[in-house]
Amino acid sequence: MTPPSLQRNPDLDTWLRIGADGTVTVYTGKVELGQGIKTALARIAAEELDVSLARVRVRTADTADGPNELYTVGSNSLEESGTALRLAAAEARQHLLELAAAKLGVPAPALEVEDGTVRARGLEAETSWFELFGGRRFERKVTGGARLKDPAAYRILGRPGPRLGMEALVTGQAVFVQDLRFPGMLHARVVRPPRTSARLASLDDTEVRRMPGVVAVVRDGSFLAVAAESAAQAIAAAEMLRRAAGWQGASELPAQAELFARMRAATAKSFPVVDGTAVDEPVPPHSTPAGVARTLRASYSRPFQMHGSIGPSAAVAHEVGGALTVWTHTQGVAILRLAIAQALRIPNERVRLVHVEGPGCYGHNGADDVAFDAALLARALPGRPVHVQWSREDEHAWEPYGSAMLVDLEASLDAKGQVVDWSHQTRSYTHMNRGIPYSERTSGLVAAWHRDPPMAPPTPRPALAPHAGIHRNADPLYTFPRRHVVKHFLDDPPFRTSALRALGAFANVFALESFMDELAHAAGADPLEFRLRHLDDSRARDVLRAAAERLGWKSVTRADRTGRGRGLAFARYKNQKTWCAVALELSVDDATAALRLERAAIAADAGQIVDPDGLANQLEGGFVQAASWTLKEEVRFDRERVTSVDWETYPILRFDEIPEIATVLVDRPGQPWLGAGEASQGPTAAAIANAVFDATGLRLRDLPFTPERVRAAALG
Amino acid sequence: MELRVNGELRRIDVDPSTPLLWVLRDQLQLTGAKYGCGLEQCGACAVLCDGRAVLSCATPAESFVGKEITTIEGLASDGELDALQRAFVTEQAAQCGYCVPGIVIAAKALLDATPAPSESQIRSALAKHLCRCGTHARMLRAVRRAAAELARP
Repeated sequence: MTPPSLQRNPDLDTWLRIGADGTVTVYTGKVELGQGIKTALARIAAEELDVSLARVRVRTADTADGPNELYTVGSNSLEESGTALRLAAAEARQHLLELAAAKLGVPAPALEVEDGTVRARGLEAETSWFELFGGRRFERKVTGGARLKDPAAYRILGRPGPRLGMEALVTGQAVFVQDLRFPGMLHARVVRPPRTSARLASLDDTEVRRMPGVVAVVRDGSFLAVAAESAAQAIAAAEMLRRAAGWQGASELPAQAELFARMRAATAKSFPVVDGTAVDEPVPPHSTPAGVARTLRASYSRPFQMHGSIGPSAAVAHEVGGALTVWTHTQGVAILRLAIAQALRIPNERVRLVHVEGPGCYGHNGADDVAFDAALLARALPGRPVHVQWSREDEHAWEPYGSAMLVDLEASLDAKGQVVDWSHQTRSYTHMNRGIPYSERTSGLVAAWHRDPPMAPPTPRPALAPHAGIHRNADPLYTFPRRHVVKHFLDDPPFRTSALRALGAFANVFALESFMDELAHAAGADPLEFRLRHLDDSRARDVLRAAAERLGWKSVTRADRTGRGRGLAFARYKNQKTWCAVALELSVDDATAALRLERAAIAADAGQIVDPDGLANQLEGGFVQAASWTLKEEVRFDRERVTSVDWETYPILRFDEIPEIATVLVDRPGQPWLGAGEASQGPTAAAIANAVFDATGLRLRDLPFTPERVRAAALG
Repeated sequence: MELRVNGELRRIDVDPSTPLLWVLRDQLQLTGAKYGCGLEQCGACAVLCDGRAVLSCATPAESFVGKEITTIEGLASDGELDALQRAFVTEQAAQCGYCVPGIVIAAKALLDATPAPSESQIRSALAKHLCRCGTHARMLRAVRRAAAELARP
């Protein structure tokens, strides 16, 4: 079957070009978010074309050039772009080989290719891809029928090698959109309302306009910004502008302590989940089967959490003669282009979006919103490029959060300690809330809500697709004979919520893998052995065993508890991507009740390994980020506003809290390569919870596991 | 105002109360030091001042007059990377890399002052630097690697 990226972009020239200068340029509709996709794609193209990695250049998404691959999300890029590029490169190689055969007068099968140079044994003449085809265009479609290289002959894939762009990073070269500097460029800062629903009621900007370097105060309804010649001047002017503005209208947020009660009491749209897919049918009743030995019930929660990129969102926009160009770190240039054009009520063709790398993304953060801020300012100040960067406080307060979730589990064991019935009910606000224009009057872009006339935020809709958002990984991979999985979609979130790395899978896996541990203990079984006897997926069993072995898995008995414990957990992301198990050891500080991660082992099977170092980096990074979510993170708010507005009020994990991490990669040559950027998060949270239980006998079910929570659990 | 940056004396026409970070980024086109918070909470803006790692996002440029400022752009000499930069490349100690310049600067100040640091000295030297991609373990390896390389005769 032709992969969707090729169906959408069938022309070979869209994917790769051979340069006369001895380079190969590959184009992708995906974007680099720090996940290493550029290196992975360069490796795939180099391997299939038989050129060295050093020859390959990668160009990421630009609405004016290259393939349209919608969004860079869901750990899909390797499977989508990588697979398409592999087929395109194979097609190109086959065509080039035919040209070489004709030129050298030798049949194609007799030719050998090394780093783009083509030779035949016993023949002096040679040629190269670059001599044959440099600067030319293929002008053909990718049929998907070209012969692919045998994985046994791979020289690059699966082997260690350099990551592209490292030197630029360590020498401080301007690689980020935050660093873009154009001649004549202005710097702007937006002054957001102090509360989500407040409107700008009064403004005296006389003094602001007199400040040094200030070029313009831009006001459109309640959208307020200032542009200046330098960033420092714009920051100072925005501070003054904030004081010069009067706002009206209060927000009514729920009391933080009542959040989960509010979620439980809310009327939900509920869907049964069958084989990972939500079905628009009435939820069948669940009844505990008769004759079971034991039934356990437990509820787990996860608070609102942030992407918390270290670099606040930024963009540059430039309008010349009615044509608008925006440089952005969005995850989806084509769709953001639509959203911007629609909100500005201008034709799509007049907007070009160019992806430029940004700081770590981790999902739907402020990137799209700031791109629209920049677009509005560029429209107000035509002819000059305008650079906008959010403040730290705005990034914390205005980014869309990962939704709070509640997960209720029930399971029954038979007399032999096997799970005979399983029920998983997951309750959440949306995880998919991007700027896709649903109607003329709605927009997902923050500034569109504040302009005059305002557009409304889109009403989130429940997504039913397999493992879409709330029900991602709610359906366990275990061989339970009876299962009842329900997704409860809540509308009316107190904050904007959207995709945060792993979406619903983080809380669902945290809950179900914690509960597996509770069941193992109830059944008197070792947690590893208990999982293995409920799994018939051999690749799942392999990663569980590999992580356990690397850690030196040993479950302590209740009598030896010393404040040090081990836990493990497993998931296959979306039940269709990377298999990942995490095993770890932690200690609990007697005096403070702080949890300290000591050692961790991550084992993963991502199919054919493309870039082992990049894969390990993603798994480890996912582990550390999830450990931070698990131990520390919770968006705090009062009745009016978010109070987690910087790194003191929203602490994250630091260097002195990082455990030793070992990663075991299970290579599967010839199997499809799978995305791994969201594989380790869920297992990490549950492994920590399970290790806390092992260390202390305390079962923590509410994230984050702060010392206060541990102490509260200890006091019962 | 005159500032000595990366070995050169630079004349800058700017409000002297401007934070050093923005003088570097906008007047001197040195965008290696990053804006992360403006609150001295994340370390992305670190530079060397007379060999010590300092945060540049909130301190006025005028207080750096007469001092020797080195930014990440000034670490390599004659096109040759510093041992720390090489170690970060070798260990592939980055994902997005936004925090990397500040962390390399902090590690440079550490190794210059303490050529054979203990694990806890490394961790405490980096403790005020945030990395959201979770590449800490690699960065720690890179600092250890650079220290080991420098220790070799």
